[in-house]
Formats: sequence, structure tokens, C-alpha cells
Amino acid sequence: MASGIRNPISGMEKGQRVMLTIGIDVGSISAKAVVVKDGELMGSKVILTGYNSRNAGEKVFGGLLAELCISRDAVDRIVATGYGRNSVDFADKAVTEITCHATGAYFQDPAIRTVIDIGGQDSKAIALNSAGRVRDFAMNDKCAAGTGRFLEVMARALEVDLDAFGEKSLQSDSPAVISSLCTVFAESEVISLIAKGESRKNIIAGIHESVGARVVAMASRVGIQEPVMMTGGVARNVGVVRALEKRSGKSILVSKFAQVNGAIGAALIAAVNR
Amino acid sequence: MTITEKPVDTEKEKRKIKSVKKMKEIMTHYYIDAKTADQTGKKVAWITSGGPVEPLIAMDVIPVYPENHGAMIGASKMGADLCENAEAMGYSGDLCTYALADIACSTVNGGPIGGLPRPDMLVCCNNICGTVLKWYEVQARYYNAPLFILDTPFCHTEFSEEARQYVRRQLDEYLAFLETNCGRKFDQDHLAEVGRLSMEGQRLWQAVLDTAINKPAPMSAFDAFFHLALIVTLRGTKTAIDYYTELLDEMKTRVAGGISAVPNEKYRLLWDNLPVWYRTRWLSDKFASHSACLVADTYTSAWCGSLKYMDETDFLNSMAEGYSRIYLNIGTDKMADMVLGMIDKYDVHGLVMHSNRSCKPYSLGQYDIQRIVQEKRGLPTLIIEADMIDARSFSESQVETRIDAFMEVLKA
Repeated sequence: MASGIRNPISGMEKGQRVMLTIGIDVGSISAKAVVVKDGELMGSKVILTGYNSRNAGEKVFGGLLAELCISRDAVDRIVATGYGRNSVDFADKAVTEITCHATGAYFQDPAIRTVIDIGGQDSKAIALNSAGRVRDFAMNDKCAAGTGRFLEVMARALEVDLDAFGEKSLQSDSPAVISSLCTVFAESEVISLIAKGESRKNIIAGIHESVGARVVAMASRVGIQEPVMMTGGVARNVGVVRALEKRSGKSILVSKFAQVNGAIGAALIAAVNR
Repeated sequence: MTITEKPVDTEKEKRKIKSVKKMKEIMTHYYIDAKTADQTGKKVAWITSGGPVEPLIAMDVIPVYPENHGAMIGASKMGADLCENAEAMGYSGDLCTYALADIACSTVNGGPIGGLPRPDMLVCCNNICGTVLKWYEVQARYYNAPLFILDTPFCHTEFSEEARQYVRRQLDEYLAFLETNCGRKFDQDHLAEVGRLSMEGQRLWQAVLDTAINKPAPMSAFDAFFHLALIVTLRGTKTAIDYYTELLDEMKTRVAGGISAVPNEKYRLLWDNLPVWYRTRWLSDKFASHSACLVADTYTSAWCGSLKYMDETDFLNSMAEGYSRIYLNIGTDKMADMVLGMIDKYDVHGLVMHSNRSCKPYSLGQYDIQRIVQEKRGLPTLIIEADMIDARSFSESQVETRIDAFMEVLKA
């Protein structure tokens, strides 16, 4: 799927033995795995994490190898990341999702200076230097409002498929105002908006604007330097991307591999650090 | 049948600070004295951590620190439970958790030492925060004990002559308050002697902290959090001087023998704000796993930070400035200057700031200080969201990811 994308940071030399590395990103909602061979992305797999993050890591890893007909012995190194990174005990190393998302984004476009990653329970802003290293980062604090789980709760309250959230919000003519920072209270705010007869598209657009406001405020702490890339599962929601652009006044590139970007970064790091 | 003994980890034993035992003994005696004061005829005064304690020592009153007690509650992981008790009494969960835990503890005689001894009087100095005013009023009403409030104006950059006179006159009122409540004349000569001991103790404490300038550092901020107790509670006594003299000797011996707080110290960090009392071990192990040592902190150095404003030969008069210009009572720019000074002095690689849910005066301005440090020293900084004693405000995986990512930045 990513043929032609070369790894600009692996530092591999011609004639060096081909490295086959795996990145496993066990997030709070989904577990992702990718295979990188000689600086090229060979394939990826995404499953739901479920209650046992160790099992999820094993399952997504085994599933991906089976799909690509790769034997375990052929794998040189494995790096785990994500909130469940330390439970992937068969990995050679655990690296935080901050470093992995930065590496993954830099791999796709070395010009990127800011990464906004919104996952299941974390939102992060990562400032990169010209070498693709993390210069600074900010993360959401104790509250998970404005993350993937927040959007899931809202989708359930609105009885709208989460995948349709983005497109629906683009049809909004007047976004509703969602002011509560708390996911549970925001949900009741949404329910009262429904009761008042507010349209779904305006409510969804309002939800996206509240996410945008929260994430931009956080990202501004590290400085939103362009070009900006968005990664993480929520990047697939065009409504959130537009809301972030509107709020920050910057254009945002969406990673083609948004959801597996952290796993890509992990696999690349596995190839570099021996 | 063979008995297998657990092998002694000699490496770990070597790193243990021997003075810890002595310190525990002193603190145990101190609390026994305080808790048996009603039998020995001594008076007990509750006092805020930044309050002028020397006049109490001079009058042979036992000073008791609800904040030190708060730290013990936190370290014993009893904070959240006591805070919930206070919330059930009607206090807002947004208040300082030292205040909440202390107020709740009084009603149940709970906590790690079964509550503090009843105060005969309370002394509240607002140089550390505004919460102490209402907190001490609540406790003065609860115990029906007299309360003295020392109001120290906020010193953004300078200390005006008007401020000096304002605080100085209150010190006279403070001495009069003690005369009334102790039923005897205040001995100014004794205060001068206590003041001298206090300053000597502070200089020794500073000297102990300064041993961490050495590479590797013989002690970490986590050690300082522990050994701090005496300069807070027994400042102005010979006990504190003797103890810190011993501790300083031990640190010098460690430096000479190359014994470090953290094995293979590679990264030196500066800590800002109060400790996360219920997680000091976890945080210490976490940083040590990255070969990082928190070599200094803005918190424990606050108990010797205003020495430059104190005059041993004119202690009473110099107390006005010394007790006003403490770390939490100065402007953000001045705080940033002190942070920059410590960064240079201890030669650190990064700054770790605890954004403490409880402590507004300490946590307000941290983002500005962070920016100033990044601009002027280009150092990586990390902000951890937590609370000093309320474990409900701590998310392990969130904090762990931040620390790991911060260390990855430092190592890159």
C-alpha cells in the first residue's frame, strides 16, 4: 500500500541486509500493527483492543503476519507503542506514541513541523524539528473530552454512525454551541439540543467545533508551526479536521495512514535502533 | 530442609542514606512531645509552613504544622479518603487538599498519627497562599483557640519601605499575642539566639541541597522531600543544626566515595512544585529507570531561599523582609529568575513541573515559567498534572506516557 515511500531516517546503506520490523500500537480503542521492510510499508492491520491489551497486541501481530504470510522468525525487531505498550511483552522495546507519531509523520513528509494526533483517549500536539525529532509536546490532561471516545459517546447519543459524522457536519448551516468540557455533561447537552429540535448536522458541527477549540488551545502551547499533519483515528473525521483548521487558521494535511501512523513510527524506530 | 535467605542487595544498601533512621527518630520524638504537651504543660501552636516560627520557639511553644501533617497523610495514601470526608462536611472538592485533609482529620482524629494535638493558638501567615486564612479561621473556630494572622504583602519585584513597616508592626503584635497567650513576657534576647540558630540551620540545609551540584548527585529531590521536615518543623533549634550537620557530612562522604542517588546518573533534572506525596517512590523509580536524577527542586529550597534578606544581628527587624520575599510571594518573572538560577547552578538537562491541582499560587504561572526557560535556556520541559495528596487527581498511564516521552526527547 505504501510502495515507493522510502524511509528517510532509517540510515540504511545500500547492500545492507533487509530489515523486517513490526510496529504495534495498542491504543485504548483499537490495536494497530504494521510491517516495514527495508523502509517500505508492507501492510497493516487494525482490530478493536477490547479489555485485554496484551491479547490485543498478540492478536493484531499474529493476524498481520498470517495475512502477509510472514513467519515470526523473519521478524527482526518489534517496537510497541500506545497506552498498552508495556503490556506487549514480546516487543523488543516500548516507545511512547509521541515519538512514534512524530517519526511516522516525518516518514510520510519530512517537511512536517507539527503533528496533531487525536486517538481514543488522548489528544496530543507534537512539535518537530527539521530532523524529525520531537522538540516539544502537549497532551490532554486528566479529562478525555475532545478525543475519539468523546465522539463515540456523541455518535451514540445522536444515533448516527461515527463514520458519517464528518460528512454530516459539513452540511451544517449554523453549528450548535456545546459548552461543557465534561463528556457526560456534553452528552446531556446534546440530548437537550435534540429535544429542542436542533438538527443533527448542526449538533455534530457544534461537537466538532468544541473538539477543535479544545485541541487548538492545547496545541498552541507548543506552537502550531506549518505544515501541520493530523494523525490518529479521529483524523478520518473531516468535520474535526475542518474545525481544527477554522479554529487555528492553518491548513492541516491528513495522513493517509492516520490510524496506523503511530505503528508505522514504531516499526521505523525498530529498524533504526538495533 | 534448607533455609534460603533473600540475598542482600548490596548495591541498594550502599545507596541508602544512613541519616534517615535518625531523622525518623527525631520526628517521632517531636510528634510525641507535641501530642503529650497537655501532660507536660507546654503549649502547642499550629502554624503555616511559611510562617515565622522563631518567636514560638523563643517562647517554648511547640510549633505544629498541618502542612507537614498533610504531607504525612499524602505519603500514607490517606489523602483521598480524608478529602472525601471534608467534601461530605460541605467543603468544595476544588479547595486545597492539605486544607481539606486537615479539616476532616480534626473531626475524626484520623490520619497516620491519629490526628494532630489540639492547638492552644494558631499562627497563620499568608505568604504562601490565601487559602490559609479561611482554613485557619475554620480551625480556630473548631478548637475555639486564638488565631494570629500575619499579612505579608505580595512582592512582585521589590519590597517597599511601606511594606517593611507594615509587616514589622505586625511582628510586634505577634509578640504581644504570644505574651497574652503564654502569660509571660517575651524574651527578645532569646529570640535573637533562636534567630541565629534558625539562620544557621537554613545555611546548613542549603549546603546539604548544594551537594547535589556534584556529578553524580549524592541525593535527589526525593531525598530532599524527606529530609526537609526538620527545617520546616524544628527551624531555630539546635536539634535541626545537629541533624543537618550530620546529614551534610554524610553527603560529603557520599560525594567523596562516588555514591550517587541514582545508579549511572546520566540526566539531571529540576523539579518544580510540591511532591506528589503518594507517588514519590513510583516517580523516583520511574525517573531512575531512565538514569535520570531530580537533582534539585524549587520546593525544598524555599526554606532557605530568603536567607539573603535576613540579618543575624538584627533578626526581628529582618524577619519582615525575609518572611515576605519567599518563593510563593513573588512575581512570576522573579520565580522564573530563580528557576533559571537553579538550572545553571545544578547544571540540569530539563525541567519537570508538577501542575498541582491543589496549590494555585505555585501552579499559576508555570506555563509562563516553562516558556521563559525554553526561550532562555532551550531546555526541554515537562508538565505533570496531579495533586500533592489526592490520588484521585493522578492518572498513572497519562503521567507515565508524559515522562517516557520527555525522556525520549532528552535522549534523542
